[in-house]
Amino acid sequence: MIAPLPPVATARSYRPPGSLVIRIEGVTKLYRMGAETVHALRGVNVEIRRNEYLAIMGPSGSGKSTLMNMLGCLDTPTGGRYDFNGKNVAHMVDDELAEIRNREIGFVFQTFNLLPRSDALHNVELPLVYAGVGPAERRERALEALKNVGLGDRVHHKPNELSGGQRQRVAIARALVNRPSILLADEPTGNLDSRTGEEIMALFEQLYDQGNTIIVVTHEEDIARHARRIVRLRDGLIERDERPGA
Amino acid sequence: MTRGIYELTESFRIAFGQIRANAMRSVLTALGVIIGIVAVTLMGTAINGIDIGFNRSLALLGDDVLYVQRWPWRRVPDWWNYVNRPAIQVEQAERLNRIFEATPGSLLEVAVPVGARGTNVKAGDVKLGGVMLFGTNSDYSRIVTAEVAAGRLFTEFEANAGRSVCVLGSGVAENLFPGRPALGQTVDIRGQHFSVVGVLAKQGEFLGLFSFDNQIIVPLNAMRKLWGNRMDLQLRVKVTDKTKLTQAEEELTGAMRRVRGQLPAERDNFSINQQQAFKEQLDPVKTGIAVAGLFITGLSLFVGAIGIMNITFVSVKERTKEIGTRKALGARRRTILLQFLIEAVSICLIGGAVGLAITYVTCLGISGALPELPVEFSGSLMIVSMAVSILTGVISGFAPALGASRLDPVEALRYE
Ligand SMILES: Nc1ncnc2c1ncn2[C@@H]1O[C@H](COP(=O)(O)OP(=O)(O)O)[C@@H](O)[C@H]1O
Ligand SMILES: [Mg+2]
Repeated sequence: MIAPLPPVATARSYRPPGSLVIRIEGVTKLYRMGAETVHALRGVNVEIRRNEYLAIMGPSGSGKSTLMNMLGCLDTPTGGRYDFNGKNVAHMVDDELAEIRNREIGFVFQTFNLLPRSDALHNVELPLVYAGVGPAERRERALEALKNVGLGDRVHHKPNELSGGQRQRVAIARALVNRPSILLADEPTGNLDSRTGEEIMALFEQLYDQGNTIIVVTHEEDIARHARRIVRLRDGLIERDERPGA
Repeated sequence: MTRGIYELTESFRIAFGQIRANAMRSVLTALGVIIGIVAVTLMGTAINGIDIGFNRSLALLGDDVLYVQRWPWRRVPDWWNYVNRPAIQVEQAERLNRIFEATPGSLLEVAVPVGARGTNVKAGDVKLGGVMLFGTNSDYSRIVTAEVAAGRLFTEFEANAGRSVCVLGSGVAENLFPGRPALGQTVDIRGQHFSVVGVLAKQGEFLGLFSFDNQIIVPLNAMRKLWGNRMDLQLRVKVTDKTKLTQAEEELTGAMRRVRGQLPAERDNFSINQQQAFKEQLDPVKTGIAVAGLFITGLSLFVGAIGIMNITFVSVKERTKEIGTRKALGARRRTILLQFLIEAVSICLIGGAVGLAITYVTCLGISGALPELPVEFSGSLMIVSMAVSILTGVISGFAPALGASRLDPVEALRYE
């Protein structure tokens, strides 16, 4: 008899959590829309360590993207404290935030956000341009990053010559090329069919195994299941913080 | 530092990608700049040409000659102070020359009396009106600015004797004796036959007012036989060192006052003119033309600049999401600012280069068709207009580029 394949969950690797990367305390975010005030976040506390693979889960409008933009230093909180690698981000000026986004954070967007007129290679090189890496090293590292996401043979394709899944792989290569502390993905499979979505999640699994710290934002239970830890948001508050199987 | 260079290269890459991707739009926008640059550079060339023309005309007067006359070369509001000035006399030239000789280290070389009169002349059946007749002596050869193309100037003997000989300006020679040599022919001036002993080389026009080629030079004594003393006499005084014109003028004033026997309290009863006086009169005119011309043509460049500003605003709007993405990837404010500035500047530079090329070809065409016109396409014009192009790009691109750099990354990423 052939033994049944072990369920996915049991094949998972667990890496012991490392140093503290993110620590937010009582973070709030208000949006003023004329007379109305939207409380997108109402006081969120969370700590994220190196080597974590975390999903931020919640229904649409629960504040996931707001939280993620905050974590990614694209946005600053209205209230509360946010320490990134031990430094308070809330008071940083624009250029300092840009620096952190460039070196410490890799973004993956739902809509890929590739530059349409540049080929895959140049898209992946872009964060290195902003980091001041020279052309030769840039090219080498970008090629390596593309190979790592399985696109070594598509480096000179423009986004419109690539499938959705391939575009997202380019975006992931771009996010990782500068060796960030964390990879932030907001609904990375939202624009993909479920099969391609699963392929992307398998890639995330592989990246986690390679030592990356990953935060995925999703409203889909199937996607969240891939993570080692799930933070559930509802109406701008953390409802539950669970570590299934841990 | 190196990061700046990489970002700059990246910006140029984006700019040219953008221009190529929106070729039609870029061409139309650049057209505004092209028209502006062509207008401004052509005006610049014209102003430059006017300047060259002025200087050429002034050179015809001789830059080392002082003119002693009753009237100054400028408008005088108190004309009554001049109208009764005594006439200039030939003898005064002789006395001046004696003073020059007697003065050690004199800055003045020679004074030449020149009588002038407009008149009509005839040669056979050909009549010519409005000719400028100059009567002078043989010292004229020392102050003449024109080359003698054929023959010679008259001799001291001919001058003193008042012989009926004449030297023709090139225009007079051509008009009176078309297609044949004027030398040895005779010209009828007021019924008197003058034989042509020399023809001057072509000199050109003075500020487009009158032609230096439309003159006839005869011995002053011959001229006096025809008109007596009813002509306007002037003394032309050559200076030894044209870098010391002011001192020379002072010396000449003193010498002239001595000749005239003027008392110390008396005001000069003569005027000393030189080309510099013309220059001073003409400079404000030139400046006026330049300012007005550059202002008017500058307006067309301004319209071009508005086009650039508009297209940059459109470009920023269209690529809001891209700006958000770039910011998420670590682009700083100044990187985004630079990117859009370079885009604006690139279009301006292309427009400027094309405009300059058009101006260049136009100048070549003009100077080919009308070689007399002083059009000159100068290197400095090239540098200035490229600088103007860059400046136009920077100024018109700045507001939209600044707006782009200040976009909130989250807002920009959400933009559809
Ligand atoms: N820029 C904004 N202006 C006003 N309201 C906003 C803005 N961004 C988000 N919101 C509001 O904040 C709440 C949380 O939004 P978001 O974080 O995008 O939710 P999720 O990503 O979980 O769907 C929603 O009610 C949304 O309408
Ligand atoms: Mg969202």
